[in-house]
Amino acid sequence: MAFYVVQFLTGLASAASLFLVASGLSIIFGVTRIVNFAHGAFYMLGAYVAFTLTDRFSGAFGFWGGIVIAALVVAAIGVLVEMVLLRRIYHSPELFQLLATFGLTLMVEDLVVLIWGPDDLVGRRAPGFKGAIDFFGQNIPSYDLFLIALGPVVLGVLWLLFQRTRWGVLVRAATQDRDMVAALGVNQKWLFTSVFALGVFLAALGGALQIPRDAVNHAMDLRVIVEVFVVVVIGGLGSIIGAFVAAVLVSELNAFGILIFPKISIILVFLVMAVVLIVRPWGLFGKPEAPARRTPGLTVNPWRPLTTNERLAAIAVLVVAAALPFVAGNYVLTVGSEIAIFVIFAVSLHFLMSVGGLASFGHAAYFGLGAYGVALLAKMAGLPMIACLLLGPLLGLLGAAVFGFFAVQLSGVYFAMLTLAFAQIVWSIAFQWVSVTGGDNGILGVWPEKWAASPSHFYWLSLGIAALAVVVLRIIVFSPFGFALRATRDSPLRSEAIGINGKRIQWTAFVIAGTVAGLAGALFAYLKGSVFPDNMGISLSVDALVMVLLGGVETVSGAVVGAIVYKALNIWLVSQTDLSKLVLGGFVVLIVVAFPKGIVGTLEAFMHRRRKSSSSASSPLLTSRIESAE
Amino acid sequence: MKLTVKDLNSFYGPAHILFDIALEVGEGEVVALLGRNGAGKSTTFRSIVGLVENRSGRVMFEGRDVSELPTHAIVRGGLGYVPEERRIFTDLTVEENLEVGRQPKRAGAPQWDRDKLFKLFPNLGEMRGRPGGRMSGGEQQMLTIARTLMGNPSLVLLDEPSEGLSPKIVEQMVDAILAMKKEGVSIVVSEQNLHFARLISDRAYIIERGRICFGGTMAELDARPDVRDAHLSL
Repeated sequence: MAFYVVQFLTGLASAASLFLVASGLSIIFGVTRIVNFAHGAFYMLGAYVAFTLTDRFSGAFGFWGGIVIAALVVAAIGVLVEMVLLRRIYHSPELFQLLATFGLTLMVEDLVVLIWGPDDLVGRRAPGFKGAIDFFGQNIPSYDLFLIALGPVVLGVLWLLFQRTRWGVLVRAATQDRDMVAALGVNQKWLFTSVFALGVFLAALGGALQIPRDAVNHAMDLRVIVEVFVVVVIGGLGSIIGAFVAAVLVSELNAFGILIFPKISIILVFLVMAVVLIVRPWGLFGKPEAPARRTPGLTVNPWRPLTTNERLAAIAVLVVAAALPFVAGNYVLTVGSEIAIFVIFAVSLHFLMSVGGLASFGHAAYFGLGAYGVALLAKMAGLPMIACLLLGPLLGLLGAAVFGFFAVQLSGVYFAMLTLAFAQIVWSIAFQWVSVTGGDNGILGVWPEKWAASPSHFYWLSLGIAALAVVVLRIIVFSPFGFALRATRDSPLRSEAIGINGKRIQWTAFVIAGTVAGLAGALFAYLKGSVFPDNMGISLSVDALVMVLLGGVETVSGAVVGAIVYKALNIWLVSQTDLSKLVLGGFVVLIVVAFPKGIVGTLEAFMHRRRKSSSSASSPLLTSRIESAE
Repeated sequence: MKLTVKDLNSFYGPAHILFDIALEVGEGEVVALLGRNGAGKSTTFRSIVGLVENRSGRVMFEGRDVSELPTHAIVRGGLGYVPEERRIFTDLTVEENLEVGRQPKRAGAPQWDRDKLFKLFPNLGEMRGRPGGRMSGGEQQMLTIARTLMGNPSLVLLDEPSEGLSPKIVEQMVDAILAMKKEGVSIVVSEQNLHFARLISDRAYIIERGRICFGGTMAELDARPDVRDAHLSL
């Protein structure tokens, strides 16, 4: 019995940090409507800065002062980020906001390694809380008791701040209707900045307070952000009480889940989240949101199928690409195969994002599932390659069917958070279930059969499947299903009113996208001859997002161009620098701020303007942005 | 002139909504902006306070060009705005709603505080702790006006204050607007209801399809039944 009590208290202690980070995320979202993906990065920075400060200054004052100063320093960094970056994108579609803060996370990950090195750092014990208390023969660290008390204290302070101060009243008002607050003479800029500072302060404090419990390392940002997303999805985004209750719930599930499923304890949390989403999609303490802002579709240019000339041009390009093996060597062909595979992966995500309006931040899960599907079939069942290529992607389909069912219950930022959380769950299963997946060592020796083994043959195979995938997805875009999907994207209510079952349509789109991604993963497994958990990792999901963005979210097939340019650039970049995350993150931020239409989108706008000016006598406003006319 | 609007043009995306709007409001005047649904009354107000991003033209308030200022700066300068949809903060209590509107005292503008407003709108005084979401439409309309007055404005843009209210509440609204006028607040009130406008206004403009097509005193408007019948539904 005492053991369970101690386990329970350990859970409560873990909840404190989680609550701090989650409440910060919630507060920021409430006012700015930005889901700050970089919140985990600020948490991590808090831990690193606190490690340095508490290491440098001795004594109790040095320790506690170091913790608080670390949180303040990181909050100041947050203010800088808000003023330099976020202020430029408050009016951007939420997809761009998510991506920009994600890019920031990538940059911070490389920066901390650059500053503090790649090794785990073990921080100081807290003065005055070094020992443990004996509880019927079980030890409870006294620092845990301190954290258990801290959670409710912070909750109370936040409550007073929001209920009893003018600032709090303004923040609550802005959470509901920020334009009206401005129309009453309040300068939103500084309100937003101060809210962001508070949110980041809480995240950094959460990180700093972890150093006596856990080693500081450069992967803690993603670990915490996934847990925090789960917490806010369960508790309800924007609710501080919800963040508290859900943080306790998730921490306890983790604490006891280890006893039930020692290998894959995250399953238990996932099940609870699924149940909450079915019963209350907006979380335990959240409020149903109005339908999310439209994600893509900023311009009035309507989509149309290719003209005959454009079709001929596309075929010509394909023929030229197919002639590559006659002029290029093996290395170039292998790179070409990889690019073709990523074209498939990118168009599958593009289909989900642009046509479906569903920006998935965990699309790599289905790519990886396809790859693992092939590897397991080939290694365990010993099936021939054709059978593996046909059946392997079905694992992606299955994953997309299960996760997609829950994900499409939500939209916008919730959808993005949930897909990310799902992808992390799949990743950790692949990572932890060593007996089946080989864990970190992956599955090796998945080589293509003789007929596809030579680089030129494999290149033709990849190219052919890529062309097929692009064509099929385009046909779907201009099919009745595609129209229904776009109608649901543009106005869920209106499409519902003309008898379209929006959720089912979106679910189907999710499954289609997941299956195509699985196909790409299946080819990828044969290309590399192996699969690893990283084949479903977050950075791969982000790669796909960047490809789509680079090509142009608002285009029909921009992802093809995006994938080719990005992958070629990426392969070159990795050979040039060790700081690929820093460069990649900076690149993402740059695209979002300076180049939101992408390559194909910019070209299209240019062509459109030229056509317009040649036919003259037309308003240049036609290609300008649509603002919601209230 | 308290407020002068010149050559105001506004757009929602590709749609041109307002065409060369010109308005003038004198010190202490109540001016009605009359027009049918969709004529451009709300867009005119939203453009004046800078809530329509795509606009051109000049807005002079108390001799200062405010066309380029952000919304909060225009409002802080003493130009209050009461939106048509009321936009009460439903989670906040009556007193908290008023707190959001509170601004420092301003020289040359009538001063308001909670107690004075509770005298003007006695209903509100009886429900200080009630969340805005649990008030009737009429109570919300009073609260939204009171909230704007907390900013001590010298001029208020009142967007359709009588819309959807019962005749009894409309009467109270007339009294409140006249009381505001007596305090010295200049008011521009948009209305579809000519009867209501006549009770409070000194002058009127008529807007139709984004263009001002009449401007004059109420007596001049009454002398032109053709204008009235062509542009206002009665």
